[in-house]
Amino acid sequence: MTATVPAKLPLDKNAKKQLARGEKNGAAKRTKKRLTSRGATIAALVIAVLWTTPTFGLFVSSLRPPEEILRNGWWTIFQNPGFTLNNYTEVLAAGNSTLNLAGAFINSIAITLPATIFPLVIASLAAYAFAWIKFPGRNWIFIGVFALQIVPLQMALVPLLSLFSRGLSIGDIELFSSLNASNSYSQVWIAHTIFALPLAIFLLHNFVSEIPSELIEAARVDGAGHGQVFFRIVLPLTMPAIASFAIFQFLWVWNDLLVALVFADGRVAPMTKLLAEITGSRGQDWNLLTAGAFISILVPLLVFFALQRYFVRGLLAGSTKG
Amino acid sequence: MSAFLSWIATLPSLAQIPLVLLAFFAVIALLIFFIEIAPRSGRKYTIIRAAACVLFPALIFLALGSVLWAAAAAAVFGGLFFLLDYRSKQGAGYLFQLVGFMSPAVFLLAIGLIYPTIQTTIQAFMNSRGTRFVGLENFIWIFTQDTGIRTVLNTVVWVLIVPTVSTIFGLAYAVFIDKSRGEKIFKILVFMPMAISFVGASIIWRFVYAVRPEGQEQIGLLNQIVVWMGGQPVDWISNSPWNTFFLIVVLIWIQTGFAMVILSAAIKGVPAEQLEAAELDGTNAWQRFINVTVPGIRSSLVVVLTTISIASLKVFDIVRTMTAGANETSVIANEMYSQWQGFEVGRSAAFAVVLFVMVLPIVVYNARQIAKQREIR
Repeated sequence: MTATVPAKLPLDKNAKKQLARGEKNGAAKRTKKRLTSRGATIAALVIAVLWTTPTFGLFVSSLRPPEEILRNGWWTIFQNPGFTLNNYTEVLAAGNSTLNLAGAFINSIAITLPATIFPLVIASLAAYAFAWIKFPGRNWIFIGVFALQIVPLQMALVPLLSLFSRGLSIGDIELFSSLNASNSYSQVWIAHTIFALPLAIFLLHNFVSEIPSELIEAARVDGAGHGQVFFRIVLPLTMPAIASFAIFQFLWVWNDLLVALVFADGRVAPMTKLLAEITGSRGQDWNLLTAGAFISILVPLLVFFALQRYFVRGLLAGSTKG
Repeated sequence: MSAFLSWIATLPSLAQIPLVLLAFFAVIALLIFFIEIAPRSGRKYTIIRAAACVLFPALIFLALGSVLWAAAAAAVFGGLFFLLDYRSKQGAGYLFQLVGFMSPAVFLLAIGLIYPTIQTTIQAFMNSRGTRFVGLENFIWIFTQDTGIRTVLNTVVWVLIVPTVSTIFGLAYAVFIDKSRGEKIFKILVFMPMAISFVGASIIWRFVYAVRPEGQEQIGLLNQIVVWMGGQPVDWISNSPWNTFFLIVVLIWIQTGFAMVILSAAIKGVPAEQLEAAELDGTNAWQRFINVTVPGIRSSLVVVLTTISIASLKVFDIVRTMTAGANETSVIANEMYSQWQGFEVGRSAAFAVVLFVMVLPIVVYNARQIAKQREIR
């Protein structure tokens, strides 16, 4: 992969000034002048405002009393002031007969954490084998795994569900028995693990195969087995990649609706599923919808802002290759 | 395993997390242990290895609740595998280690993606109960029904518009903010929707599109703007065919940030010398952009376009939450789920196959790209 992220040096003001002075006639200065015309800056500002306004409006609305939300738009907040947290307490108690949104929030956590860790561990094992164990047909199997990544989930959902609930038999021989685990998280965990694997293997493989071969050969010569090499060298060196993929997987699982609709029934449903349900049944209760939506995006936004640096690095690792 | 999972389901939600992780790590630790002792010589290790060859397949089968003699079959495989390994040129334990590293992933992919794909394909040619072979009936149904054709066409519209528009916006934005003051904050603002769930995004946009009868005060921003301009409020997501475009806006809103981040990094990788040289040749900014920057970021552009194309082919959450496919906004993924819920398994599978066929060219193209890259290495 190409290291396209420019190094951000921690510069204080004076050093920056000095550098700028040095660059006065340099290439960087001139490039800068050319590219940041006034029109471009204004266009960028317009796009930025357009992109942020909907979320901002939702946030403001979620803090307004229900009567106000239904009476006038959030942009009139200064003419019609009034803030309340009632929407949040009300929506946390809202839901269906078996589950409220607070419970669904817990479910989302219980689903997301294991479903983030399982595929990472399994994929890093496989990625190591693809990168550092030579075996016949390695490239073709690897490409096969990559191709699986874009098999639409929709094709896999229903048969996998029946595999879980009914098992699989060929003739009289029972290959798997049923999982007996409806109304538990296990189906969702396993489903998310499987669906994440192709991409996880692909991205982690890109990182693992970039490790200098001298490093691994030296360890092998010193008598380390594959297990030791994996644990002592490969895992620590791929930690940045693992971290970034972990953030991704966390967001995907947290935000997923389709897998949840099929595999998480009744009282184990995550927030997205319950929220979609509320949207369907109480679509005009904007005080509930705005607060509910904001609760659901709170955790991803926190993760996003806290770990943004790794997040972007992970995006680039797999994509700007070649 | 089934018993363990049933037991764990009876515990409080959050207590399940550490327990299931602990169990998982125990299994992985056992696996790594066998991988580690596999290449060692000596009678003791040989016996452990031979035992593991029988033990692991047997465990897997038992975990899935199989009959006893399935385990015996696994033992035969284990023995054969051990023998092969014993005679392998790469040294003792080679095949053993390979299988140790690969088997969890390969096993899961086989039961979770490969087998279901085959199964769905078969189901697409069966009747709704999966009891009778009906040939192409399900596909004929899709392509003769008005709603079926509309669904497929809508998906085509999504996949044509979303990748192009988000890439253009993302690219323009990346160029505009390149090397400008506060570039980082600019990036965060547009990238943020990536972190928001499609369901959350749908609610955000439903609120923007909300409509009130004429004369009342509007609470949806878009209609308020229309009213300010002197127009009449419009019910954006009910009026076909334009409602599809208003749903598409949501996905564009989400994906532009993704395109922008990747393209921005690629732009920074374009050599400054090339831009300088082009400038000395007397080109203007637009010519430099088209003739130097765009070819320089070509591979990134391809990646962005394919990724967003796949995302828009599979779009489900947005349509489900905003309209549930009403008013002619349905797409294949949504229709597939609706049919499945209506116990029309055959039709549902047929929709899935249509989707797969549409994704196929992208799969082939990307796989060939990777094949090329691996040959270079």
